[in-house]
Amino acid sequence: MAKESIVQGTVVKDGSPVGGAYVRLLDSSGEFTAEVQTSATGAFRFFAAPGDWTLRTLTSGGSTDTSAAAVLGAVVELTVEV
Amino acid sequence: MSRADVLVDADWAEAHLSDPKVVLIEVDEDVSAYDGGHIAGAIRLDWKTELQDQVRRDFVNKEQFEELLSQKGVGNDDTVVLYGGNNNWFAAYAYWYFKLYGHQDVKLLDGGRKKWELDGRALTADVPSRDKTSYTAQDQDLSIRAFRDETVAAIGVKNLVDVRSPDEFSGKLLAPAHLPQEQSQRAGHIPTAVNVPWSKAANDDGTFRSDEELAELYKEAGLDTSKQTIAYCRIGERSSHTWFALHELLGHKDVKNYDGSWTEYGSLVGVPVAKDV
Repeated sequence: MAKESIVQGTVVKDGSPVGGAYVRLLDSSGEFTAEVQTSATGAFRFFAAPGDWTLRTLTSGGSTDTSAAAVLGAVVELTVEV
Repeated sequence: MSRADVLVDADWAEAHLSDPKVVLIEVDEDVSAYDGGHIAGAIRLDWKTELQDQVRRDFVNKEQFEELLSQKGVGNDDTVVLYGGNNNWFAAYAYWYFKLYGHQDVKLLDGGRKKWELDGRALTADVPSRDKTSYTAQDQDLSIRAFRDETVAAIGVKNLVDVRSPDEFSGKLLAPAHLPQEQSQRAGHIPTAVNVPWSKAANDDGTFRSDEELAELYKEAGLDTSKQTIAYCRIGERSSHTWFALHELLGHKDVKNYDGSWTEYGSLVGVPVAKDV
């Protein structure tokens, strides 16, 4: 853990978790780095290198961008509203 | 070979759901995805337990592949349509694998599971049953598969395309950012390889970019189309996606997928490695 930085969180719509959403991790230049699908409880997690990232969340309703800063040895927790 | 011969869209797949000569096959990194819901009539193929030898690091042999497809009820003259999660990484891997063993009519569902889900199309938990067949495979077509010695010899000679993310290429990470960091002994890339992440070949919804966009992408990256090309990633699945773009969509003649990829190369003793960080 001390060597990793983690960006994780929950995708929600109107206060309820959204399972099956696609969350894309884009680097500071907008380059795609990774993608995960949220769990039934709307959760996602990335092992992201320290730095600034954008999370692009795709659902059947469209696309939402959220900023995130990953810190070495820390877990950054986010809530993404779609 | 044109795009229409190798890639079908979701409308085409939906129109052929009850076509007995069309076999939809889901291939996922997360093999449990199928259980939660899949396209009606689709069968599952497990890339790890069914396509790999379970003792040595290699693929199942021709006889095992024949037995596997016979048991699954896939016939030699069936149109196999592959799809899966992770932007079709493992479906593209299976596509390349089916080509390796000489299946004639195989296609990818453009966008895979993601596009299907984002479209709001139906999934089912019902598992279909297919009658056993007597499948015959060909010997591996090694014109599309690269091994390690050939890859080392290709340094500075052939196009080497590293399709991993920029941080894996530079040596900052050993695996994609959504996976635990372990695997090869060394981080970095093969000297003279260009980094064209597989993701640049795909749109946000997982569909492939247009032929024009793909041609421009690899031209800009400095790929010399007069040379042979070897694509690699970490375990050979993302590079199958790029192999598909180069060989099947753009029609480049001599393109191989190095399935040993970085987990093999990055553990070899004595080979050159380039690291940027």
